[in-house]
Amino acid sequence: MSSKTKPRVAVYKFTGCAGCQMELLRLEDELLEIVGKVDVVYFMMAQNRDELERYDLCFVEGSVSTPRELEEIKVIRSRTKTLIALGDCAITGCVPSIRNWIPQSDVERRVYKDTLPLRSFKTSGIWEYVPVDLMLPGCPPHKNMILEAIESSLLGISPDLRSHAVCVECKLRENVCILTSLGKLCMGPVTRAGCGAICPTYGRECEGCYGPMSDANPTALASEFKKLGIGADDLVRKFRKYAGTSKEFKEVAGI
Amino acid sequence: MSEKGKEPSEKKVEVCYIARVEGQGTINVEVTSSGDANAQFAVFEPIRLFEAFLVGRKYHEAHELTSRICGICPIAHQITALRAIENALKVEVTPQTRALRRLLALSGWIQSHALSLYFLTAPDYLGFDGAISMASKYGDAVKQGLRLKKLGNDLSETVGGRAVHPISAVVGGFTKAPVKEELTRIRERLKNEKDDIWRTVDLFSDFDYPEIARKTELVAISSDSEYAVNEGRLRSIGGIDSPEHDYRIHVKEREVGYSNTKSSLINGNDFLVGPIARVSLNHQKLTPDAKKAANRLGLDLPCHDPFANIKARVVELVYSLDESMRIIDMLRLDFSEQPIRVEVGTPCEGAALTEAPRGLLYHGYKLDRSGVVQQADIVPPTAHNSTSIEASLRALAPKLLKEGQDLTFGCEKLVRAYDPCISCSVHVTRVD
Repeated sequence: MSSKTKPRVAVYKFTGCAGCQMELLRLEDELLEIVGKVDVVYFMMAQNRDELERYDLCFVEGSVSTPRELEEIKVIRSRTKTLIALGDCAITGCVPSIRNWIPQSDVERRVYKDTLPLRSFKTSGIWEYVPVDLMLPGCPPHKNMILEAIESSLLGISPDLRSHAVCVECKLRENVCILTSLGKLCMGPVTRAGCGAICPTYGRECEGCYGPMSDANPTALASEFKKLGIGADDLVRKFRKYAGTSKEFKEVAGI
Repeated sequence: MSEKGKEPSEKKVEVCYIARVEGQGTINVEVTSSGDANAQFAVFEPIRLFEAFLVGRKYHEAHELTSRICGICPIAHQITALRAIENALKVEVTPQTRALRRLLALSGWIQSHALSLYFLTAPDYLGFDGAISMASKYGDAVKQGLRLKKLGNDLSETVGGRAVHPISAVVGGFTKAPVKEELTRIRERLKNEKDDIWRTVDLFSDFDYPEIARKTELVAISSDSEYAVNEGRLRSIGGIDSPEHDYRIHVKEREVGYSNTKSSLINGNDFLVGPIARVSLNHQKLTPDAKKAANRLGLDLPCHDPFANIKARVVELVYSLDESMRIIDMLRLDFSEQPIRVEVGTPCEGAALTEAPRGLLYHGYKLDRSGVVQQADIVPPTAHNSTSIEASLRALAPKLLKEGQDLTFGCEKLVRAYDPCISCSVHVTRVD
């Protein structure tokens, strides 16, 4: 395959922690093979190249939280065939979205004395501003999920992503349910799978870092949590963390 | 900035988005005809306001949330938050927890140093735009870098349950001890990479580094019992020697209008944190092979040159492999050990200092009687270094011009030698 016909791949970082790009770079065994099959034309964290052309595949890590990013995501969309939201920040705003419940000026004043030079607004997923072709949830999304997205794009097929709950993966690992048998406040029943149920496997409750599963029923889980004695404030904190402003969670995450 | 009537010999550099560093930063350097330089290291990384939204969250969430400050050094943020909260709540963790946290932190150093050395730094000195293009000519070096990075990540996963944003380290301990067979397999790989590490030492000895002769204060945590990683006293070459909770007495911050990162000062001056500050202050505690590596690299200690950070990273890579093996060998894991139970009930405050891969990291928290965060104060290494980066740019730029070297490339190389983590730097504390 000549380099002209290789798919052109870009990786952008918006408001986020670079953890999703780090997870992508964790494909150490596959990286050299991948870069033989695609042409990485924009990846600021990894290389000093900036080619303003069309992208076949563009990963965007991070949320939109500034006027500059709002303009940039529109430009990126117009240049990109397949736009991928890489991770929770690009989908739900992730943990920084906790601040969306507090007036922006209050939040800024808590950190900066002079807030005038700041150019920042509520933090949201990129899909709120432009159409997105694929969303890879997780904080961070597991590297195998990123690989699945790249492979299926090379093959021209749709990726096989999980939409069921963490509970399915937990059962496959033959874990004892920590919610029903230990009374731990596990977010697994409403959280999308993909991590391999690592938290319950390590003896702790799922915190919900892959965001809501499809058809999540947070109200039912919230009433289970109440039966286990959770206070109103702690219940809000549970749901107002990785995906508090999502349409699935925002009712329970509100007050 | 381009005003009329200035001398034609004036030179200006503007790098709008520095490549091969974590996050979004710019450099502005101006050298006047008289040879003086102005420099700004400005961060346009969007603010995320962690310290604001931590207020109102529970004490046991601080490490989970602050992990998300940085995807490269989540472990450093987790351990610093955990220790600050434990200091506030007067929790003393077990020797097993201390050992596992040290191993976890070192895994972060291995991963971060390998990434910085092979993928962010080496392309500058071998003449490539990145490691991907470098692989065609230096395939073995790139593969070795990938192996080291993977080893660090896998060690993080073994101890912490996940490499990026680990999950098993919690207030009071670990929810589960690592699996013995996995540690044994990792031990084998640490040994193999250690045998091979002299190729790394030789590769990074051969490069032609620029030099900055300027003297500056070097700051790190330091301990009389070990090479300080997670615990130690705040020490400096200039004579600071204080417990960690006195950090705020020494380090002051100010906001600068052109950047989203605040700058930190000691006695009104810039200072340097990171690998070269640590190696300068704590080299007696290095392993014999790490000392040997420092000699082979020609490190003359103490060293004030930020470019020496690169060599110091190699030294610490050698040290981290040695020390990780030592910890695994001495671990006698008690698998029944559970995190220590924590009591809340009185308002309290606590702070902690650790060494993130990039240098000194500070977290401080105030909690109310229910264990809810009332105030959070976080100062990452790149905020500590931001004034030093500017001072070094001012020292380097006229020299580059005099020697007829590429000003832009030279300034970028300098910033990359600090290995700044810009996401971390964006959100610092309120100044009353």
